Amino acid sequence: MPILYIDNTPYEVSQGKNLLEACLTLGFDLPYFCWHPAMGSVGACRQCAVKIFKDENDTKGKLIMSCMEPVTANQRISVADPEARDFREQVIGWLMTNHPHDCAVCDEGGSCHLQDMTVMTGHAYRKFNYKKRTYKNQDLGPFINHEMNRCIQCYRCVRFYKDYAGGRDLDAFASRNQVYFGRHEDGVLENEFSGNLSEVCPTGVFTDKTLKDHYTRKWDLTMAPSICHHCSLGCNTIAGERYGSVRMIGNRYHGDINGYFLCDRGRFGYEFLNAKDRIRNPMIQGQVVDGEKMRAAVVDAVRQPRVVGIGSPRASLQSNYALKELVGKDNFYHGVSEGEHALAHLALEILQKNPQRIVSMKSVESADAIFILGDDLTNTAPMMALAVRQAVRNKPKEAADQAKIPGWHDAAVRELVQEEKGPLFIADVLPTKLADVATGVFTGSPDDVARLGYAVAHVLDPEAPPVQGLSAEDSSLAQQIATALAGAKKPVIITGTSSGQAHAIHASSNVLLALHKKNKDAGIVITQAECNSLGLAMMGGKSLKDAFNAGSVDTLVVLENDLYRHDSTAAVDAFMKQCNQVVVLDHANTTTVQKAHLVIPAGAFAESDGILVNNEGRAQRFFQVYETKSDIQESWRWLAVVGAEAGKGRMAEWKNFESVTHAMVSSEPLLHGAAMVTPSSDYRVEGQRIPRAPHRYSGRTAMTADIAVSEPKPPEDPDSSMSYTMEGFRGQPPSSMIPFYWSPGWNSVQSVNKYQEEVGAALRGGDPGLKLIVALGQHGAPHYFKDIPEKFKPEAGRLRIARLHHIFGSEELSARSASVAQRIQMPYVMVNTADAVGLTEGQLVSVSWNGSEARLPVRLNPSFPKGVMGLPAGMTSVAGEEAWGIISNVKE
Amino acid sequence: MEKPLTEHIRKDREPLTLKEYEQAGGYQALRKILKGTTPKEVQTLVTDSGLRGRGGAGFSTGLKWSFVPMNVIGTKYLISNADEMEPGTFKDRILLECTPHQMIEGMIIASFAIQATESFVFLRWAYKTAARAITRAIQEAYDAGYLGKDILGSGFHLDMHLHTGVGRYMCGEETALLNSLEGKRATPRAKPPFPQISGLFGKPTIVNNVETLCCLPPIVNHGAEWFKKLSRTGDAGTKLYGVSGKVKTPGAWELPMGVTLRELIEEYGGGMQEGLKFRGALPGGASTDFLVEEHLDVKMDYTSVAAAGSRLGTGTVVVLDDKTCPVGFVKNLEHFFAQESCGFCTPCREGIPWVEKILGSIDKGEGRMEDMNLLEMHVRALGPGNTFCAFAPGAMEPLQSALKYFREDFERHINEKHCPWHTQHVSTSTH
Amino acid sequence: MLTTEEKNEIEKAVSLVPYRKAACVEALKVVQEKRRWISDESLKEVADYMKMTAEELDSVATFYNLIFRKPVGRHIILVCDSISCWVMGYEKIKEQLTQELGIEYGGTTADGKFTMLPNPCLGTCDCAPALMIDGDLYRNITVQQLPEILRNYE
Ligand SMILES: Cc1cc2nc3c(=O)[nH]c(=O)nc-3n(C[C@H](O)[C@H](O)[C@H](O)COP(=O)(O)O)c2cc1C
Ligand code: SF4
Ligand code: FES
Repeated sequence: MPILYIDNTPYEVSQGKNLLEACLTLGFDLPYFCWHPAMGSVGACRQCAVKIFKDENDTKGKLIMSCMEPVTANQRISVADPEARDFREQVIGWLMTNHPHDCAVCDEGGSCHLQDMTVMTGHAYRKFNYKKRTYKNQDLGPFINHEMNRCIQCYRCVRFYKDYAGGRDLDAFASRNQVYFGRHEDGVLENEFSGNLSEVCPTGVFTDKTLKDHYTRKWDLTMAPSICHHCSLGCNTIAGERYGSVRMIGNRYHGDINGYFLCDRGRFGYEFLNAKDRIRNPMIQGQVVDGEKMRAAVVDAVRQPRVVGIGSPRASLQSNYALKELVGKDNFYHGVSEGEHALAHLALEILQKNPQRIVSMKSVESADAIFILGDDLTNTAPMMALAVRQAVRNKPKEAADQAKIPGWHDAAVRELVQEEKGPLFIADVLPTKLADVATGVFTGSPDDVARLGYAVAHVLDPEAPPVQGLSAEDSSLAQQIATALAGAKKPVIITGTSSGQAHAIHASSNVLLALHKKNKDAGIVITQAECNSLGLAMMGGKSLKDAFNAGSVDTLVVLENDLYRHDSTAAVDAFMKQCNQVVVLDHANTTTVQKAHLVIPAGAFAESDGILVNNEGRAQRFFQVYETKSDIQESWRWLAVVGAEAGKGRMAEWKNFESVTHAMVSSEPLLHGAAMVTPSSDYRVEGQRIPRAPHRYSGRTAMTADIAVSEPKPPEDPDSSMSYTMEGFRGQPPSSMIPFYWSPGWNSVQSVNKYQEEVGAALRGGDPGLKLIVALGQHGAPHYFKDIPEKFKPEAGRLRIARLHHIFGSEELSARSASVAQRIQMPYVMVNTADAVGLTEGQLVSVSWNGSEARLPVRLNPSFPKGVMGLPAGMTSVAGEEAWGIISNVKE
Repeated sequence: MEKPLTEHIRKDREPLTLKEYEQAGGYQALRKILKGTTPKEVQTLVTDSGLRGRGGAGFSTGLKWSFVPMNVIGTKYLISNADEMEPGTFKDRILLECTPHQMIEGMIIASFAIQATESFVFLRWAYKTAARAITRAIQEAYDAGYLGKDILGSGFHLDMHLHTGVGRYMCGEETALLNSLEGKRATPRAKPPFPQISGLFGKPTIVNNVETLCCLPPIVNHGAEWFKKLSRTGDAGTKLYGVSGKVKTPGAWELPMGVTLRELIEEYGGGMQEGLKFRGALPGGASTDFLVEEHLDVKMDYTSVAAAGSRLGTGTVVVLDDKTCPVGFVKNLEHFFAQESCGFCTPCREGIPWVEKILGSIDKGEGRMEDMNLLEMHVRALGPGNTFCAFAPGAMEPLQSALKYFREDFERHINEKHCPWHTQHVSTSTH
Repeated sequence: MLTTEEKNEIEKAVSLVPYRKAACVEALKVVQEKRRWISDESLKEVADYMKMTAEELDSVATFYNLIFRKPVGRHIILVCDSISCWVMGYEKIKEQLTQELGIEYGGTTADGKFTMLPNPCLGTCDCAPALMIDGDLYRNITVQQLPEILRNYE
């Protein structure tokens, strides 16, 4: 490691970094704006100036921008040098010539990087006494607020939005001191990652509009580490509450998963918590009752002889386990269709037998060839799509290495690489949003998509089963894909369960195995349907269909699950009729809730502690954010109380989160590691708990004064070692328990630098969570799947159904968020133009499938496969692996 | 006196046709190098000739070329920087309008030296006459086999296109020029990597000034020693000098490198207009430091002007007379820089408009003494290396020297609360 | 809709560069040449044709001084406001133009004939003050010559 002298003190620093990164890693408070740890340097703001000296005899030195200078051995720099300091102060002085003095009414106030840097540089007096420049703001849609006067032109927004996230409707306009960042005209920011602007922007230009709706200063939030519940990737989040409602979701850094970012579904989906129709009270036959009464009624209900429990892929391990324990393992069913159930288990099996590595989002980012098979990532697992966007630059970037341009020198790398994109191949029913960075795109029916995958495997390894009847064109594409994968150092195959079909997953597994046999360091990603689909699969239990077939039921207990999303209305209705009494625990007011006799108000993620297992098999804990005043409680807690009273198993011994978790891991062998995900509830640092509120939290004694003037006793947390107030340990908590980022002088999210072992690397003490699937080969050797489907033949009179996913609308909970709801498209049916003779775009037709029927407008798409109809997932329920439907004219 | 750049220019200033140019010995240099000279030999010849870039920075042309990787596959580019927009500068215009073939021949030689196969002339929009001349000349050169495939049977291939800009001083800065040619905003790029390694479309690229390129055919024809001897001083060659402002006969002349400022103003410029006295001059365009009376005998070459505390820049002198307000003069310059700043980096984007405002208020008699400190601060803080590109340091050069040489005039504005020159100049509000 | 002529000219520029959008400045020039300025509608048409978004193209368009994103008159008067012209008294020329035409910088005469804009150094400093109307350069101008110069334009 090279030695860097900073103000004459020698430090060991890592090779390949720039001086700014080195200084921040060493803990120096060096201000910056335009540099971003994930986006690198461009040298625009000139804020990070330091002095550099030729050698120890050089006393004059010269100013340089630390973010633009690579670390070299025995370099000598000064951070404290008066000239460098003056310059840094002056940069703020310049920015302040136009920055308004509106901190008091600015959403960013108090957690503002510009404020922090202003204080850090010591700039305190204004010398500019002329008029400030002003701009008009734009309406950018439901997520992001725009206040251009605050702009300091660091260019981070466009660098994130365009360069990093592939957005094309935000840009820099005009020049000189009139540079403007926005859209061409008012309108919704279309990119799926727009919410990150609120964290990437170092001041209050782009802020979270949903927070603005019920604004609170960020230091007045009670916050807890959480896990995003809106897809299977398990991005780490921070949720913040005030006055009993969650106000915002922010990024929680995870070096191996989401890094510094979140997708808009994950950031803005939280508003489902605050939905008007949310279940907040216990209800018996539609009447609100108190908790006591509810408990008694449920105890009675579960004492019946035939009790069946239906779990949920969107509920925590603990809640599912509590239900399983309550009803007994033979009566526990996963609340998912037969198909989804089988796919989750298939994915689990492939991961367990995976001969190499299960790749994280971070390793996808460093892949140099990617093959995506039958999964529209941008809409099923958005952050994975963001990782793919970074990965396509890796191969072309090798030229930058050769030209000795360091990776962090972002603009220079982009200029050298230009429009070149590294190998990325996509096979799906539609080209998908990632097509703009793809080398090759194949579209076809789900069967044909899978066939291409099988063919690639066969090219790589002749022992893999061959595909009969492939066209010359498709063979040559398979050849091309195989060559790219075989020529890569770290190829990655990405697939998922979103199509509802196994073929693409089988084919992906074959490709992985074929690469493995070629001694490639290949990896696989299999995305799952929901945030805990894999966790549920690791728990054992049967599908919803099995429950339907299990005969009559006295009491049905449904855990956080809308059964109507998993099978046809007719089938679920019929099942409900079989059940004498239906108990539903949920927070969302679903169709299932409406059919229930007893409704228990379940805590959603913000009111709960729990563990989820993400698509790579990583167990991650989310913490309750705030103490609820009402009867809203974790499902597992409700069930534990009921179970204890009803004398079920050893449920009487369950006291808190930990005892549930311990019971779970001792009876669920695959979940063994889950107990070690976070420190135990008696963990203390210097005898203290970890505070959920920052020490600047205000109003604690006053906020309930309208109810009672005496300050209430702070709630105690039996489930974790966190406190609900600002009292507690002020230093950095263990990495799995970071409720917010703060460091002296760093009030904005940029303080995350201080929590990492090295800027941009893992959190101190290692990134949180625990991979439950690690034992490679322990579950038997992988084999080639041989069930290659026939080439898809369009049929007369009916169309094969393909599920089309949408980032907004396909996922159940986020669809209930007010802001997200504004971005949801109307349900539709998509068909190839040739299959729609006599139909016009937008015409209402009647669509029927598997006993369901809907009137939907037609979307014609000439590149959609013939003989297939696309239905939007989550807005229309499609069960079963292979579904067919019929389109007919609406009869007036 | 030899004038290799301008000797063939027609009296009526119509562009030399291909035929005329050939009759005057045109394209002989190209023929010469294509007969067995290696690219490296051309580079060495040009390095030996001592030719320094005429675009303002004065870097050795041969040395600059030598950084281009020679054994790479793929396109390389050569670009003629004809974006002349430096206030006070009107030298490239003459060459572009009158001897377009000499520049084209120079471009082919330079392309050969770095083995570029694509070339562009980046011409500023306002040079309409030049655009017509170059368009025709490029066509003629193609027709005669000087451009295109297998030039003169040598196997060397070069295409050439004319690109006209859409108005932005920054396009003259070589890396911003590259961005502009790529259809992007003309903001500069960080160096390193230099364009020689990663230039236009990420490929190795050389950007040379028009006048630099025009020097190449004569150097090839007559040799390095001859070129050196053209000069009166250590910096080789002749130079297109110009004088504007209130002199009797403003104009541009090709003269041996190293004529003095006095000669330029008094002999060629005809001296100051009746009743006016010389107070100072920008030796090479808006972004050079003032020279004043004590510098009149400074030799106008890179080394000597630098020793006098300024830069030769483009070698086109703007004269300040005693009836013109120096504050207004500098304010006009800073207005230009504030308008033309690309807006990429903070000090320039925010600092120069501030400077302009301060100068405006001093000019109007509303200045305060503290303003002088603020101006000084900007001069220091916008120095080389502190801003992203050389634009802002250039903008500070005239201000810095004005504060040094005309400080009293600034202070008089502040103390007397009005512009002492006011009767001469109606000071208009900023646009 | 872009005309065939516009498209042909744009395609010529596209053929010189490695990827389409690199020719976008040329495309804007071509269209402005025909339509005098780039309206929002023209911008979208060009953007579509260049396979760019309106944002991407406008980001470039608004950077440059001579791409007009607001309507301009039939003739553009570019008044050189740089140093040599200032020394030689261009401000009087500008004031005279304002009087004669009744417009300030950025303004267009009521009859839509002229738009007057300031312009950095026209590169003819030895013949200052100078101005340019459309493609025609006028040097060494005096206030007295202005009416005659303006008469050349319809
Ligand atoms: C703001 C700025 C404007 C410039 N304008 C021009 C110009 O108009 N013409 C030019 O030849 N060089 C200009 N240059 C210099 C170029 O960047 C570059 O150094 C030059 O074209 C190289 O050619 P040479 O080596 O032949 O001098 C400018 C530099 C800066 C910083
Ligand atoms: S100094 Fe900065 S703002 Fe000025 S022109 Fe250069 S990069 Fe642009
Ligand atoms: S952070 Fe270094 S210049 Fe902006």
